[in-house]
Amino acid sequence: MASVLRFRKLCYVESAVKCTSVGYESFEIDEKLDEKEEDVLSANNFALEINKKRKQPKRQPKEWRCLDSCCWIIGYLCTTWWLLLFFYHCLPVTLLRVPELPGPGVRLKREGLTALHPVVLVPGIVTGGLELWEGRPCADGLFRKRLWGGGSFTQIFKRPLCLLEHLSLHHETGLDPQGIRVRAVPGMVGADYFAPGYFVWAVLIENLAKIGYEGKNLHMAAYDWRLSFQNTEIRDHALTRLKSKIELMYISNGYKKVVAVPHSMGVIYFLHFLKWVETPPPMGGGGGPGWCAKHIKAVMNIGPAFLGVPKAVSNLFSAEGKDVSYIRAMAPRVFDSEILGLQTFERVMRMARTWDSIVSLLPKGGEVIWGNMDRSPEEGHVCDFSKKSHSKTSLTTNNVNNSDVKRGFLVKDLANYGRIISFGKPASVLHSSKLPTADSKEFSRTSTSENFNNFSCGEAWTEYDEMSRQSIQNVAADKAYTTTTLLDLLRFVAPKMMRRAEAHFSHGIAENLDDPKYNHYKYWSNPLETKLSDAPDMEIYCMYGVGIPTERSYVYKLSPNSRCKSIPYQIDNSVHGEDGSCLKGGVYFADGDESVPVLSAGFMCAKGWRGRTRFNPSGIATYIREYRHKPPTSLMEGRGIESGSHVDIMGNFALIEDIMRVAAGATGDEIGGDQIHSDIIKMSERINLGL
Amino acid sequence: MSFLRRRNGTDSSKTRVADPNIKKDGADDDDKKKDQYKIPQRRNYGSKKWSCWDNCCWFIGFICSIWWFCLFLYNTMPDSIPQFVTMAITGPLPDPPGVKLRKEGLTANHPVVLVPGVVTGGLELWEGRHCAEGLLGKRLWGGSFGEFYKRPLCWLEHISLDNDTGFDPPGIRVRPVTGLVAADYFATGYFVWAVVIANLAHIGYEEKSLYMAAYDWRLSFQNTEIRDQSLTRIKSNIELLVATHGGKKVVVLPHSMGVQYFLHFMKWVETPAPRGGGGGPDWCAKHIKAIMNIGAPFLGSPKSIALHFSIEVRDIAALRAQAPGLLDKDVLGLQTFKHLMRMFRTWDATFSMIPKGGETIWGGLDWSPETETVNNSAKKGTDNSTRNTGGNGNICDTKGVNYGRLISFSKDWAETHSSKIERVDFKHVAKGDKLTNSSNCDIWLEYHEMGNRAIKAVADHKVYTAGSILDLLHYVAPKLMARGASHFSYGIADDLDDPKYDQYKYWSNPLETKLPNAPDMEIYSLYGVGLPTERGYIYKVAPPSDCSIPFQIDTSVDGDSEDSCLKGGVFSGDGDETVPIISAGFMCAKGWRGKTRFNPSGIRTYNREYKHAPPANLLEGRGTQSGSHVDLLGNFALIEDVLRVAAGATGEDIGGDRVYSDIFKWSERINIKL
Repeated sequence: MASVLRFRKLCYVESAVKCTSVGYESFEIDEKLDEKEEDVLSANNFALEINKKRKQPKRQPKEWRCLDSCCWIIGYLCTTWWLLLFFYHCLPVTLLRVPELPGPGVRLKREGLTALHPVVLVPGIVTGGLELWEGRPCADGLFRKRLWGGGSFTQIFKRPLCLLEHLSLHHETGLDPQGIRVRAVPGMVGADYFAPGYFVWAVLIENLAKIGYEGKNLHMAAYDWRLSFQNTEIRDHALTRLKSKIELMYISNGYKKVVAVPHSMGVIYFLHFLKWVETPPPMGGGGGPGWCAKHIKAVMNIGPAFLGVPKAVSNLFSAEGKDVSYIRAMAPRVFDSEILGLQTFERVMRMARTWDSIVSLLPKGGEVIWGNMDRSPEEGHVCDFSKKSHSKTSLTTNNVNNSDVKRGFLVKDLANYGRIISFGKPASVLHSSKLPTADSKEFSRTSTSENFNNFSCGEAWTEYDEMSRQSIQNVAADKAYTTTTLLDLLRFVAPKMMRRAEAHFSHGIAENLDDPKYNHYKYWSNPLETKLSDAPDMEIYCMYGVGIPTERSYVYKLSPNSRCKSIPYQIDNSVHGEDGSCLKGGVYFADGDESVPVLSAGFMCAKGWRGRTRFNPSGIATYIREYRHKPPTSLMEGRGIESGSHVDIMGNFALIEDIMRVAAGATGDEIGGDQIHSDIIKMSERINLGL
Repeated sequence: MSFLRRRNGTDSSKTRVADPNIKKDGADDDDKKKDQYKIPQRRNYGSKKWSCWDNCCWFIGFICSIWWFCLFLYNTMPDSIPQFVTMAITGPLPDPPGVKLRKEGLTANHPVVLVPGVVTGGLELWEGRHCAEGLLGKRLWGGSFGEFYKRPLCWLEHISLDNDTGFDPPGIRVRPVTGLVAADYFATGYFVWAVVIANLAHIGYEEKSLYMAAYDWRLSFQNTEIRDQSLTRIKSNIELLVATHGGKKVVVLPHSMGVQYFLHFMKWVETPAPRGGGGGPDWCAKHIKAIMNIGAPFLGSPKSIALHFSIEVRDIAALRAQAPGLLDKDVLGLQTFKHLMRMFRTWDATFSMIPKGGETIWGGLDWSPETETVNNSAKKGTDNSTRNTGGNGNICDTKGVNYGRLISFSKDWAETHSSKIERVDFKHVAKGDKLTNSSNCDIWLEYHEMGNRAIKAVADHKVYTAGSILDLLHYVAPKLMARGASHFSYGIADDLDDPKYDQYKYWSNPLETKLPNAPDMEIYSLYGVGLPTERGYIYKVAPPSDCSIPFQIDTSVDGDSEDSCLKGGVFSGDGDETVPIISAGFMCAKGWRGKTRFNPSGIRTYNREYKHAPPANLLEGRGTQSGSHVDLLGNFALIEDVLRVAAGATGEDIGGDRVYSDIFKWSERINIKL
């Protein structure tokens, strides 16, 4: 607050040039007032007396210059501000505190709940803090200071390029570059707040503390979220540490099993961990086949990105998201202008592409899960999010076998969610038969073609610079890509990155899970290519928000900017659907929590692992808990206690209550089993996956 | 405000009438256009007069603007400039040891465990009373002290422990901060471990190979295990460190009280499961390469006596002497001392710092290891000569000082030979005879249960040594000492194989435990010398009042000469300002040297002393050659030793013993069976 005001005042100072006019205006008002006063007072003897008195001090009337009035204003503001601040501090603490909503912790404590099972929190991507342990000269004085998260973003403004350099990883190894060591911040502080006032885990921790949790039975499994999962073990022993921590908590809390609460990408990280810990030593943790059954009571996945998120696609493809492309549309030149030498996107993309972990979030399961050119599991989803239309069911039944034309009439442009990237609106709506096929082999042929641009651009920034103009256009030529062909596309535009990252992640569906190749760690974080461990007493929860439009597929265009060192593709934010359409600003929306579509979050719990399947041979119980998004009703609520959005859901009281009940010993059935608002069951049925 | 401005307005309107006329008369035709622009401007601005209020505002605004401008410049300034300026003034700074050793090719080898001492570890709130609402997860101790400076009583309530159990009071949970942040800085800008960590990082250490063994330093050592499983956590983490570093043993760096805590840990970890950690008899041999004790109060510190007795130390006593009424004022309702004393006395851990070993170690009525026995005046000459020859060891004139008398009531009793002192036994004086008003005192202290006679009896005993001081404390604070005695012991074992020594209360006393069976381990004692360290006190009975602490350090007493060891009621000896050399160095110099009964496996020990040199100028901050208790952690020579050992060197490699003081001579004077 204080800083905001100060900034405003700074603005005053800087606009000293303009101040003449401002001052002039304000004093004209004074003048008018003066004239009125004159009439009243001129006849007044009393006033004359005052005037005489005031003339007596022989001070020379100084010039009231512009600068002086500026100073006057600033001084005036300062004084009042200080006065107010002083009063504020004089007030007793209790008087001013915003009446906090009593969280579920207080209520549950009154019900008699106490800490029982130790809790492990696994943060997701981006939210974990990173700190510097060794850096280049430009990062002097930042030793063990936060480079990411925790509100030290001031440094980013001070030396942006330096920070970008330090946060990037080595583009070949996917580990730290030479001479730079950036490590995860350990402990609760690692991810309780992302920025000052922007909570991530803080609310949950606070409520858990109310029923008796503290350092010894609450652990934040911080890890470097930029690295591929296996690399966190290779470089930091993060998995070994997590294993040791869980074993310690299990022992020191009277042999009570642990409740794990992973969030977002932490979900697949923890999946990786579960597989790793039971694998014999050289590659795994050597915990033996019963480790999970012995140590883990429940895995409560919050906003799980089990099958990836489409957001990762646009992020890797053009460093854009829905919001970014909006901003870009509003102020087209700001970000792109080279005058400032910013090239924000290019730099950000360059950094993001060194992060292997983003690749783990690419949609998994290919067309089987995410839909092909003409159909998708979410088909018929109506995007009038303000009020769900009742015609929904009828539409879905109609659509299944309808031809393209008929659909166009019926539902305007119905989303072909399966086409995760399409170039131009036509490519996103036309029936697949009318589209040129996106053949993956075509890429490999063109990719060897001449890169005549390469030398003129100097240092290659992104791998786009190594592509020829011809192949860039080839990629775009009115085509649409599904999740399967998308991977080919990415392999084409960013071969090195994909080669590096695909050594760590896999995005397919296993035909035969007993194939020995699935023992490799690159399959461990893909729920469709691993078996859950043999722990029949364990429980898996999928807890996620619904009711918020979530990015599901994109309409792209070629970027008009054809210079070197620029990204050749952009989300075409001029493309809008008609009212009620899911297409807005070049992005097709589906139901979800703003980041993860329902499909990705819910499918495994709804179908893939439900009952005894080949992915879940021991029949671990799964529960779906959906939380319908409600925006905060008043400002006092902050980010809402019923929010369903990806990060804000960690402040959702219903979700917190569920976690606390399970941590205090309840089972999934006791907290009410499934709680479903979306069409996840119906969607899952449409997915044809051998179980 | 508006009134003031209106008055200005009327004023200006008067002058304005005349103003334009004058202007028009003098104006040339060419300037007319300009004038038309200028005149209204002049009218408005030039005609305003300054009121006092406007002046003030102007002034404040002016200052603010300049301040902001400077701030802006400061923030845009590259970070290298301050360093550059420093370089220009002082000449090139010496490389910090980490950088220097890295150039030599040292790299991270053995994982390092840091064990913080008393007071320096951070504490955070996990559950609190109503007054601490909204402070969950905030630091209660260390860091910036959070929001608690605004509510001191609330803070006292939360930081105190329960007087009977020694645990948290019901409804309050204060827990140690974990991770390196727990004790890297005590308060903003006041480093504790930060410099060591930074230098370790230079040669390649990072989070995964460093572990801060944070524990609640208020609790007795065994209680940290009972409440927080702290010892189990340390065990598990050390095992993890060894496992993830390919079997390389850890180097442990305990500081201050952490030294005793780690001693306790080593004993605990090898004791079988129900009472101990069940690590087996060779756990230490398998997991620990070296223990580098920094500023080690192995045998306690006399400072803790003054703290227990009257919550004073030298600096506080001096402050009290300066402004006698201020801190004691009941008028303000402060009663600072009594609040602090009450808080302090609930902390069991402070008992661990009471001098151990009694008169054998700390000296009797007429002798102490630090002084030559002065039987008669004939010895005077030799005494002087030793001081002059070995002069760098002494920081003051030790002639005739009876260090053995830890507390004396008046200077005379501190100096007279023991045969001339008539001491009255106080133990049998009934405590009854209560002060009439003591029930009104709102702060509970055991002193209030003492009557005038009891107080007088205590003062009449006149002189207390390290042995009788325990009786004294038992007498003035029986409940407190009963609690403390169940967790700590201060004696010397006659027979270490006596099964009673399996009990945990003996584990932190090096004179009542055997070191583990780990012949390859090394024990270092690294401590600062050359600073006056409290060694004995002169007390007086405080002027009687209803609810005050009845004893005070007599700050009016000074020695006869300039360099006398007695100043402001405190006898000083050599040490690091908190721990006297005898406590820090004796075990490594004699008690454990070679194969003794305290060290049956012959673990090698090294004494490394660091002579205090004050910082050369302000820019050095707390100095790179400091020997003071906490600042020692920023001493480059010490850090270099630590880095070398962590990188794999042995005690012989870094130069074996390095001694400036007379610790070996003093140790010889201590007559203890080995």
